[in-house]
Amino acid sequence: MSRIILINLARFILLVFLQVFLLKNITLYNLSTPYLYILFILLLPFEIPNVLLFILAFILGLTIDAFYDTPGLHAASCVLLAFVRVLFISITVQKDGFDNEPEPTLSVMGLRWFFTYAFTLTIFHHFFLFNLEVFRFSEIPYTISRFLLSSLFTVFLMLLTGFLFYRRKERK
Amino acid sequence: MRNLLIFITKYNAFFLFLIFEISSLIIYIKYNSFQKATFISSTSRVTGSLYGQVDQLKDYLSLREVNDSLARENARLRNQLKASFYVDTIAKRQVTDTIYKQQYMYIEAKVINNSINRSNNYMTINRGSKQGVVKGMGVICSSGLVGKVVFVGDHLSVVQSLLHKDSRFSAMLAKNREIGYIEWGDNLDPRKGFLRDVSNNAQPTIGEAVVSSQYSLFPAGIPIGKVSTLRTKSGGYSLNMEITFAVDFSKLQYVDVIVNKFAQEQAGLEAQQKKDE
Repeated sequence: MSRIILINLARFILLVFLQVFLLKNITLYNLSTPYLYILFILLLPFEIPNVLLFILAFILGLTIDAFYDTPGLHAASCVLLAFVRVLFISITVQKDGFDNEPEPTLSVMGLRWFFTYAFTLTIFHHFFLFNLEVFRFSEIPYTISRFLLSSLFTVFLMLLTGFLFYRRKERK
Repeated sequence: MRNLLIFITKYNAFFLFLIFEISSLIIYIKYNSFQKATFISSTSRVTGSLYGQVDQLKDYLSLREVNDSLARENARLRNQLKASFYVDTIAKRQVTDTIYKQQYMYIEAKVINNSINRSNNYMTINRGSKQGVVKGMGVICSSGLVGKVVFVGDHLSVVQSLLHKDSRFSAMLAKNREIGYIEWGDNLDPRKGFLRDVSNNAQPTIGEAVVSSQYSLFPAGIPIGKVSTLRTKSGGYSLNMEITFAVDFSKLQYVDVIVNKFAQEQAGLEAQQKKDE
């Protein structure tokens, strides 16, 4: 139990640092900005209580907001992301599978499931984030292209991270 | 009531979502519309210091670019300096006097190249034949005698300074006007020279000023140096003395080229005299 907490704490700090000090400066053609930090919410264990999930998502969002100078923007997106995560997991994963599959990582769940999971959640998060940030109908085409390209970039980085920390599962 | 609680616990995710979403949206709308720096911003102590440290690291990584840009800026600013412009309008200082007709004129010049520690030293000045400099003219500076022009280009000239084995100018003791000639010392010291062949009648004292004589390229009375050591040559009828130059050749910046109006006439007459003999 404490090991899971430690791992997630380290992941939180690492992802926030990566996002704030590296990925914040990476923007491809002024369109594609990766937001890899949401990987933290994606990789929280299956058994986490909903209250804790939402609180963690809220805190993560506020932390990112503190560095991006946008109070509430990322927090709102992260809370939406947490909600979508709850829905997605309740639809696709059987309850009895929780015991031997603690975390929704790429190595545990397989590429197909993880890709769908990451892609869906990223799209929701980014769509909400970019539209809330701009909040103007006149810039919809630009926002949409930003949202799509950023989603691709983020999912790409997520898969990359997943393969980087890939651990071959010992199946019985 | 019980049913309501069951309903809420069954769909707790949705209600939690609503609570957190609304609170974060309130934060977003409230702080973004007023643009207030609060504890959730990069100006706070924690985020600010973190950004500061990362910025220091980035500064270190970009030192090369900063150096390059500073060097470029230096070059740009130097180009704007007055010193790098070539001054085309040359002012010849001239005194209009109705009693004395002017014999000497001065062309101001800047030393752009100089040497003092070779056995034959030259300096380059930024005036040439276009400004009226002719070979053989004397060069002085504000503190004393410097040398004479040996090569003249269109815009630049080379001056053979007093610190040269072949430099030899007529000079005299300031007080009793005893004539001798001045030349550079033999130990390559840019501060020391010799005044030679002064008549035995002269009674020089240490510290006495040595100036140019009226028989030289220069107007009479241009300071050259001061007598520092008296040396009597054994058996001779003339005195030699060591002098300290008045000019600090290592710090020369601005000089004046002397235009002697009678130089040509004098040279012509003297040449004729030689021919006649």
